[in-house]
Amino acid sequence: MSPDALAHATPAHATPAHATPAHATPAHATPPDRAVPGSGVPHRHVLVAVVRDRPGVLNRVASLMRARNFNIESLAVSHTDRAEMSRMTLVVHGDDVAVEQAAKQLYRLIDVLKVQDVTADPTVEHELALIKVRISERTRPEVVSIVEMYKGRVVDLAADSLIVEATGTEAEVDALVALLRGFGIKELVRTGAVVMSRGAGSIEEAVKR
Amino acid sequence: MATTSNQPSRGTTRTAASARPPAPAPRQRRSHLPGDGTERAAVEERARREMLQDAVRDAGRRQRGASPVDILAPHHDRGPRKRTRIGADVVCEALVRQGADVLFGYPGGVILPLYDVLADYPEIRHVLVRHEQGAAHAADGYARATGKVGVCLGTSGPGATNLVTGIGTAMLDSVPMVAITGNVAAALIGKDAFQEIDITGITLPMTKHNYLVRNADELPRVLAEAFHIARTGRPGPVHVDITKDALQQETSAPHPDEADVVAGLPGFRPNLDGHPRQLKLAAVEIARAARPVILAGHGVLVARAWDELRALAEKASIPVAHTLLGIGAFPEDHPLSLGYMGMHGWKHVNRAIQSADLLVALGMRFDDRVTGSVRTYAPYARIVHVDIDPAEIGKNVAVEVPIVGDVRRVLRGLLPLVEAVAAEARGPYLAELAAWRRESEASSWHGSGAWRDGLLSADFVIQRIGEATGHDATLVSDVGQNQMWMARYAGFRRPNSHVSSGGLGTMGFALPAAMGAALGRPDKETWAIAGDGGLQMTVQELMTLVQDRIPVKIALLDNHKLGMIRQWQELIYAGNYHSAHLQGPDWRKLAEAYGIPAFEASTPDEVDGAIAAARAVPGPALVHFMIAEEQNVFPMMPAGKGLSDLLEEWQGADE
Repeated sequence: MSPDALAHATPAHATPAHATPAHATPAHATPPDRAVPGSGVPHRHVLVAVVRDRPGVLNRVASLMRARNFNIESLAVSHTDRAEMSRMTLVVHGDDVAVEQAAKQLYRLIDVLKVQDVTADPTVEHELALIKVRISERTRPEVVSIVEMYKGRVVDLAADSLIVEATGTEAEVDALVALLRGFGIKELVRTGAVVMSRGAGSIEEAVKR
Repeated sequence: MATTSNQPSRGTTRTAASARPPAPAPRQRRSHLPGDGTERAAVEERARREMLQDAVRDAGRRQRGASPVDILAPHHDRGPRKRTRIGADVVCEALVRQGADVLFGYPGGVILPLYDVLADYPEIRHVLVRHEQGAAHAADGYARATGKVGVCLGTSGPGATNLVTGIGTAMLDSVPMVAITGNVAAALIGKDAFQEIDITGITLPMTKHNYLVRNADELPRVLAEAFHIARTGRPGPVHVDITKDALQQETSAPHPDEADVVAGLPGFRPNLDGHPRQLKLAAVEIARAARPVILAGHGVLVARAWDELRALAEKASIPVAHTLLGIGAFPEDHPLSLGYMGMHGWKHVNRAIQSADLLVALGMRFDDRVTGSVRTYAPYARIVHVDIDPAEIGKNVAVEVPIVGDVRRVLRGLLPLVEAVAAEARGPYLAELAAWRRESEASSWHGSGAWRDGLLSADFVIQRIGEATGHDATLVSDVGQNQMWMARYAGFRRPNSHVSSGGLGTMGFALPAAMGAALGRPDKETWAIAGDGGLQMTVQELMTLVQDRIPVKIALLDNHKLGMIRQWQELIYAGNYHSAHLQGPDWRKLAEAYGIPAFEASTPDEVDGAIAAARAVPGPALVHFMIAEEQNVFPMMPAGKGLSDLLEEWQGADE
């Protein structure tokens, strides 16, 4: 831009509208509000974090998510096949910017090695549920056939109850639970989602050493 | 109450009599100049001088002592002690290796093993504070004034929890600090032992990292990591909690070198150089901008990038505004210096930001005190944001060109790409900003006009302190009105000469932080500038100044008020002044009771004399400025409003 152009773009009398340069909003328009990060449409995100297996690391992650006002829907933690490395799968709700911010905040923790938002990636996502269902002589065959339809297993059987083991995506487990609710669910436990990206890529191998 | 049951009426009478406040003494103005006035003034002056000479003699005796062991531990065994290396030695060795020459601390049961060996390390000067909060703030002030890591020390339980406010203050302002606490023996942890508290649980969300060490063999690695983490990347406090038995265990574990430390922290690799593509984009933005403004933040000081900042501003003729913690990053007497932005910033600075078409934000985080309402913030501006912490980018405002890196290295990469623009080419723009500035500085609310009523105006006091010290002293503010006056009127020119608790806004910060700043930069004069509210929060550190001969000058801006509270109550809570009025002690007597010479000023013509008298004292001194009681800081952006909605009226006079 030449000095002349600069001069034209900056009249001496200054209301902000007149001061607007050529490539921004037209001079007659009130500028639109600046977007506030995190005010978009929230949806479900799945984050995978590889962390150092140190005392307190779960506390650090949980404390950070709480302090930064992110609600964890589910959190699954386990060892990996590498010494000193653990893996967490976090399901959180938020808009894309807010979840990106959560991931960046996780990186501030010294013990966090790698964080990936795999929401949009092709993945295998499973969780496991144990469901204790009330049965009677009459309803037992019906319950068992529903469980078989959903590729679940009956892992314990008593006179008036049975325990179903179900695996699948969150939606599949939800569907089975909804069907069994009609018979009476005495107890329910779910592990929360664990997830792995499809293909040869590996988050563990991506950790810088 | 010592009243017996058969004498109720007498007891009641006594209580009533003792509860009655003494009749207020008529306020006397005493001269601060020797021989200037009454016989009484001369007597007092003589007494003060004698007191001072005693203190100097005392300090001289201490410094000329045979060895540090004599001074710090006179009952200790003389000569080299035959003993093995224990965990406490590892701590001292680590401090020496890290160049921590001053340690602010307070002893207690479980940290005593460390105090037992401290005298064997004469390289470390231990400053005994009067409250652990003072230790943490002092370490903070030391770190801010020097750029080095500050170290504080406390015992378990209350010693550790008293450090917490200071650790939080350092966290919010990204100050490199290592806080060391003792804890009960490992076997007692979790048993609610005497003075046991889950302090690592408490400091977890307010430290960059923390450790609980139960084994002396881990200490060398942990301490090396703690210092590395505290000062690397975006600095911050690191807390190391050490069990008593770990301090006492024998160990031969060696100290790791820096490369081992880095290799042992695979999750901590801050990105220092900006991405080359982003640097090119930034250069394009700067070339296209007609009304650019640089926003200089604390990151410029942390990265020691003031020369690069100046080079960028001068090369492309871009005016520079600064945040509260960015004060000193750019000399305020430079023609391109705009000034202080934000809630209590200069109106011309906020106007420049609101009309800018490009903000080049360097090491700042778009805090709510800087932006006000984000929706209406800088509505025409595209934003280039440089920060070493990726989490800061896009956190508060969306930006067009994010650059993650160390400000200094980013600017070094950016400078060759930026097209030179002569100041003449920006003539109309810069002339307009200059006109706004003249208007802003000349307007009736500038300094809020307390002088009109013949009162001592705080902005005048601050301005005179800045001028009297040649704009070279380290000035440490407390929080509230005094902080804003100092930011606006002192006229800073030297990097790291401004010390203030910005993020956490910790009242009581000034005095202890000035203590640390003075020890960190003994070559520079140090002033603590505090209100009567904040000074009363940590006033016990006056004794530390005396015992350790720390030459801090204290400017007390006394309006008998929690001034900023009163201002908000006046402007936002319809004049409901609940708890804004605050009594203080007789400050002159208090200072003298501590052995600190005190001077007073209550009219503008006494200010220079009082400042000069305090500066003439070799050790600490206090100046009691009796300022207007109802002076406001203007302009002011009410919370939740935008930068264009500034209050700027002097309303104090008729209250």
